[in-house]
Amino acid sequence: MFNYDQYLRITKFPLIWCPGCGDGIVLKSLVRAIDKLGLEKDSVCMVSGIGCASRLTGYVDFNTLHTTHGRAMTFATGVKMAKPDLHVIVITGDGDATAIGGNHYIHAARRNIDLTVILFNNHIYGMTGGQVSPTTPKGMLASTAPYGSMDHTFNISGLAQAAGASFVARASVHNGVQLENYIAKAIQNKGFSLVEAMSPCPTAYGRRNRLGAGVDMIEDLKRDAVPYSKAKKMTPEELEGKVVTGIFINEEHPECRSEYQKIIDRFQKEK
Amino acid sequence: MTLTVKEKKDVEIEISEAWCKGCVICVDYCPHDVLIMERGKAKVANLAACTACMLCELHCPDFAIVVRDKSKE
Repeated sequence: MFNYDQYLRITKFPLIWCPGCGDGIVLKSLVRAIDKLGLEKDSVCMVSGIGCASRLTGYVDFNTLHTTHGRAMTFATGVKMAKPDLHVIVITGDGDATAIGGNHYIHAARRNIDLTVILFNNHIYGMTGGQVSPTTPKGMLASTAPYGSMDHTFNISGLAQAAGASFVARASVHNGVQLENYIAKAIQNKGFSLVEAMSPCPTAYGRRNRLGAGVDMIEDLKRDAVPYSKAKKMTPEELEGKVVTGIFINEEHPECRSEYQKIIDRFQKEK
Repeated sequence: MTLTVKEKKDVEIEISEAWCKGCVICVDYCPHDVLIMERGKAKVANLAACTACMLCELHCPDFAIVVRDKSKE
């Protein structure tokens, strides 16, 4: 057994998430990762936006900040700039980070600021009523796409990589241990770290698309998961409909807050 | 060659009825059919078969299952 209670606000339980939602599995992995690294509770600050995933900050007993839709990363950037010693963890969803907060997301990655972003990807806006999100696969139904989504989807991990993030990984809730390991590595990395957690939404996405209950959707994630090492040898046609999991990039480059500190030090010396 | 399977009698599984939402994830993950669903909630049906692999505890999204392996404590 693992004692989660010391990191949770037990009085807020049971969780608001629907039966079969994978967000609770990500929450558990996150708590275990923090415990594994032995971080002090007061040294962690979690910032979230709006959405199902962003409700997570209400359940954890760290410094928490529940902010406006899509702006979690801007608030987190402010926290990191003011308090560089804090481990700032951003909790966000696919709609929150890549649609409404898309601009903030790519620029946080470009700056390579030391944030750990846990991005829950469930292919839909769950909380606001099942609207189509930038990650809704082509042809899938949503409340604002009654004839199926007609657009291409964002490759969230690829976007972060291209923008300049220093750690990018993707895992799915069917493997809680892998998720925990990636989150731990992401927190340790100095720079912008993204962990894309694939999670099922049985209520807003699964039911409308007849994908079954949450447990069936987790089985589908398990079936479709392809390790990155194997995916490199596969053709784009073979990878159609698959979910590539693994660490895509893990390299150090200049971090925003450290660069800023250099400027502060330079001017304080001149004074 | 004989294969001895050590029976684990010192395992305890605790399920919180108030927090369980009946998503069936634990029943699906259990490799030894220890858990079943009863009236929309998870229930322990065959504790003797439990090997304390912790898969149910790891993947219960609602923190409703706690598996205590007393041999490790």
